[in-house]
Amino acid sequence: MKTIRIGSGAGYAGDRLEPALELIEKGGIGYIAFECLAERTIAIAQMAKLRDPLKGYNDLLSYRMEQVIPLAWKHKVKVITNMGAANPRAAVEVCCEIARQKGIQGIRIAAVEGDDILAKLDRYQDAQVWETEKPLRELDGQVVSANVYLGAAGIVEALRQGADIVITGRVADPSIFMAPLIHEFGWKMDDWAMLGKGTSVGHLLECAGQVTGGYYAEPGKKDVPDYHLLGFPIAEVSEDGSFFVTKPAGSGGLVTPHTCTEQLLYELHDPTNYLTPDVVADFSGITFTQVGKDVVHVKGAAGREQPRTLKVSIGYKDCFIGDGEISYGGPGCLDRAKLAGEVAVKRLELRGIPMDELKVDFIGMNSLFWNTRRRYRTPEEVRLRVSARTRDRLSAARIGEEVEALYTNGPAGGCGAAKTVREIISVASILVDRDDIEAAVSLKEVK
Amino acid sequence: MKLWEIAHSRTGDKGNIANISLIAYDIKDYELLREKVTSQKVKEWFGEMVKGEVVRYELPQLGAMNFVMRDALGGGVTRTLSLDMHGKGMSSYLLDMEI
Repeated sequence: MKTIRIGSGAGYAGDRLEPALELIEKGGIGYIAFECLAERTIAIAQMAKLRDPLKGYNDLLSYRMEQVIPLAWKHKVKVITNMGAANPRAAVEVCCEIARQKGIQGIRIAAVEGDDILAKLDRYQDAQVWETEKPLRELDGQVVSANVYLGAAGIVEALRQGADIVITGRVADPSIFMAPLIHEFGWKMDDWAMLGKGTSVGHLLECAGQVTGGYYAEPGKKDVPDYHLLGFPIAEVSEDGSFFVTKPAGSGGLVTPHTCTEQLLYELHDPTNYLTPDVVADFSGITFTQVGKDVVHVKGAAGREQPRTLKVSIGYKDCFIGDGEISYGGPGCLDRAKLAGEVAVKRLELRGIPMDELKVDFIGMNSLFWNTRRRYRTPEEVRLRVSARTRDRLSAARIGEEVEALYTNGPAGGCGAAKTVREIISVASILVDRDDIEAAVSLKEVK
Repeated sequence: MKLWEIAHSRTGDKGNIANISLIAYDIKDYELLREKVTSQKVKEWFGEMVKGEVVRYELPQLGAMNFVMRDALGGGVTRTLSLDMHGKGMSSYLLDMEI
């Protein structure tokens, strides 16, 4: 039976590169996919593109591709990535230039577009926003981006046209990994059973190291060998959609039913109802069987007819968040930190700083878990954090200023003050009819 | 005993919804988890951190459950004032539960 080996080269925008290079060189893979686009990353990329029309792709694109392109070309590994972010075509140009500089002739690099519907957003003003449960027209804040989650079809078409590298904007994460399976096995785009299985491949691979021991270790209970050398995963997929998850020999980490189960349930809601643009996948019957060291056999995913609608992520300028931190240590540190917090908040109130929400945390005690019914243990050192959401940048800056002022105007022994102001780009989601949307593929060959 | 002794966990986030898995180290402990760690108990354990409903999904063949918690991330990853914007630390909080 024919099998395809796919590697996962990145699980987020800033992921490590060494494990991807290891996969290309030693993984015996035919494809490698880099998933680099979190929910609001594309909005931030869109703002970069507005400032410079040649920008708007992943910050690490050049750094990665300078090493990935020559290696992948040498080992005949095809590369798929959403590092195009808000500007896949500009990203293709960057990659073509890298290939030219490396003397790689004949390499074909494709852009998959069609996800950016910012210019067409007028027609969806009555659409209900999930987060606010109000029509889009009532959204409070300037819209900066609108991107549909595309399925696998555009990438499959690019591969059919002979692309060696495929660069996309917003595509559903699992679809990036499933596209080569559809292409190689000739799965039909309405073969829901197979697409459900292919989606389980993508879901397990899309966070790279998170299935090979990353985000997993618990010393003494879940030990991870050679953690500093953590390897990224490979799926070896059969035509019937069953597959093995493994990793390169000699890499760090581990692959077990437990690492796979943690990743299967990661960012999953109802296991019977995992919606993607390609299929409604059902992961409830999946089984994991350890068949060798760091080799897990996966089967049992199913699928149903794809949704009639596609999800759109709309990035908008929402608000500002300002914060300030200062530490206290030794005897009485918690009392001093609490006093400091009270003083800072009173001073902000006296100045009439407009804040939509205010939060006072004691890092080391209750910043992660702020359930006040919990009985907290007193720490030996504690870091006060005051944060607030505001409508404007200046008000946000006031928060950190008042915390910093606690040095000379607050309790004894305050140390290590720091402050930040962030502009917050939030995401609003709507649904659109899938017939409104079509992926567009453009291919360039480096001469 | 604490859940930490017999189970492990990972949190995921989508918008203002957190999901937390609970996975038995030994599948023989799954029935105990199923009996003790109900959605009601989880909702109570998280107190004001989780404002919306908690729904539990069961995957017995994996010895695992998945808790989906609405209105659980202080407004969601972008606008929350929580230091842990994604609520990723919530899995560790769940494992601190006594059963």
